[in-house]
Amino acid sequence: MVVMKMKFPFQKRVKLAQGLWFLSWCATVAGAITFTLGCILKTELRRRAEVMDNSDVHVVPNTLMIVGLASLGINIFASKICQDALDAERFPRWKNMLKPYFAVSCFFTVLMLLAVIMSCAMKGSLESSLKVGLKNGIRFYKDTDTPGRCFQKQNIDRLQMEFQCCGNNDFRDWFEVQWISNRYLDFSSKEVKDRIKSNVDGRYLLDGVPFSCCNPSSPRPCIQYQLTNNSAHFNYEYQTEELNLYLRGCREALVSYFMGLMNTIGAGVLSVFLLQGSVLVSLRFLQTAMEAVAGNENTEIETEGYLLEKSVKDTVMEFIEPVMQFFLFKNQVGEGSSEAQADP
Amino acid sequence: MVLLKIKFTQQRRVHLAQGLWLLSWTAVIWGAIIFCLGVYLKMELLRRDEVMDNTEIHVVPNILMIVGLASIGTNWVASCVCQDSLDATRFPRWKVLLLGWFAVAAVLCCLLISVVALSFILQGRLEESLKVGLRNGIRFYKDTDVPGRCYQKETIDRLQIEFRCCGNNNFKDWFEVQWVSSRYLNFTSKDVKDRIRSNVDGRYLLDGVPFSCCNPSSPRPCLRYTLMDNNAHFNYEHQSEELNLYSRGCRQALTDYYMELMNSTGPGVLSVILIQMSVLLGMRYCRLRWKESWLWRTQRARFWLVDPIATEGSSEDADLEKAEKEASPTPAS
Repeated sequence: MVVMKMKFPFQKRVKLAQGLWFLSWCATVAGAITFTLGCILKTELRRRAEVMDNSDVHVVPNTLMIVGLASLGINIFASKICQDALDAERFPRWKNMLKPYFAVSCFFTVLMLLAVIMSCAMKGSLESSLKVGLKNGIRFYKDTDTPGRCFQKQNIDRLQMEFQCCGNNDFRDWFEVQWISNRYLDFSSKEVKDRIKSNVDGRYLLDGVPFSCCNPSSPRPCIQYQLTNNSAHFNYEYQTEELNLYLRGCREALVSYFMGLMNTIGAGVLSVFLLQGSVLVSLRFLQTAMEAVAGNENTEIETEGYLLEKSVKDTVMEFIEPVMQFFLFKNQVGEGSSEAQADP
Repeated sequence: MVLLKIKFTQQRRVHLAQGLWLLSWTAVIWGAIIFCLGVYLKMELLRRDEVMDNTEIHVVPNILMIVGLASIGTNWVASCVCQDSLDATRFPRWKVLLLGWFAVAAVLCCLLISVVALSFILQGRLEESLKVGLRNGIRFYKDTDVPGRCYQKETIDRLQIEFRCCGNNNFKDWFEVQWVSSRYLNFTSKDVKDRIRSNVDGRYLLDGVPFSCCNPSSPRPCLRYTLMDNNAHFNYEHQSEELNLYSRGCRQALTDYYMELMNSTGPGVLSVILIQMSVLLGMRYCRLRWKESWLWRTQRARFWLVDPIATEGSSEDADLEKAEKEASPTPAS
């Protein structure tokens, strides 16, 4: 049962070949763009690698880069094939290569679709990675003298200023950690001693935030310390104060930034996927139409082109069978040898 | 008197026309680039408009934009001329324009050179403008409730954060102005009353700076208030403390930024000058071909680059006669 049979007179074949040549070059450019988009995403993720706990989300840009490169190769091949397609002498040399070529192309095209789906689906993984990364960042903020963590303060400060955010969920996350290093605490002072005694772990906790949480849009000079004490500042009510600090948490800010980036890239790659798919379908039609011409004296006859010779299920089985047989053969050899060993 | 005499065979003329066509299209593209550079510089200057007192420096991007546009037009005309220069029937229609074209091209070259000179000369004026603009910005920092000045605070804060600078010359400029609005001062408090009485104008002055002066690279959480008092903070010496705040003044930071921007346009402008001058030179030689044939007839002395009477026995003579025969009648001399 043939899938999608279409008649192809000579003129239509010529137009198909010409259109396909142009389309394949567009798809080549699109493949290069996909690779570039993958590189951009990778670079952006690596810039913020210090506030991420794991690199699971890196699978998206890696896939995009692989698919972009593969797409370049596939489409250059496609343009060469359709250049030779209308020439009855040169087309036969491609005959043997076309079946594996289509298999590989379909694989990479499906991979492209998977990359698009992943770019939307990885939100949860990204969020949990950022949650842990930011929690650590805030915890190690004070460790500017510990090797390996000395730039944590600078990173968190610049992150908060750039993304206009404060803390993990909100600014109160800073109340729960000691973010002032012991080197700058006067342990003979009563205030310091009180604060240290006020909690089990002996940490210097205060209701204050670093300067990087300050919002420049506030009409008032920034209030950083004693945030929950209304009487500490003139004309101040922390319950209604909205503009003094950044209200958004950095996790939310970073997630929305990266998801925005990945969604935009995903939309672009989806159009590349559609383009790639149309190239492959057109090439298949051209191939089958030209195969019917082969051997005929008159190359201008009308032929039929189709997508699949057998039904979809049969075609899939046809490709999977060699792979299955390979594994079954290995099993049989294994069983045979174990039987041979069992029989003395 | 003849300047830069060169013999031109037919082949050489063809090569000249082709090379000139390519060069003039390159010059068109460079003209477009110069225009874009001018637009970019103008936009950058407009972004920081609020901390500048006057707009004298805007003459540099304005000239760049004008020159860029004029250069696109001029060199496009040049490419049309040399496309037609090898065609005897079509070239005469450009004859009238050529003198005007030379004048315009020469003016463009002069303007380009003047732009490079101006960008160096105006540095002092830029610095003056920034000095006054920033001084006003710092003075009006607290006026977030005054119409027309309510965004001054945000502008100065974002400027200090972006350019990593503090104050006009340095952070001590903030000690001389009241940057905390009176709306947020408790006038019954002793500290406030003392500070207000401590100076003639009754301003609330303190040795503190806004948060935007804080340097994230400091290993220590930012110290913003009582900066001159070593006892107010543990393990602190204001004389040796370097990383706590940004040490650079915003005037210096902005001047450096804009000078760097204008200097980076320098090589681009210089290469446009070179290309434009080579197009000018090439066009002059190109124009010669037609003027030659008319000179035989009129014997009028003209200044140009090759004296045809002096060139004897070259293939040019045969070409000239041939060109005369093929040309449309009535020489315009």
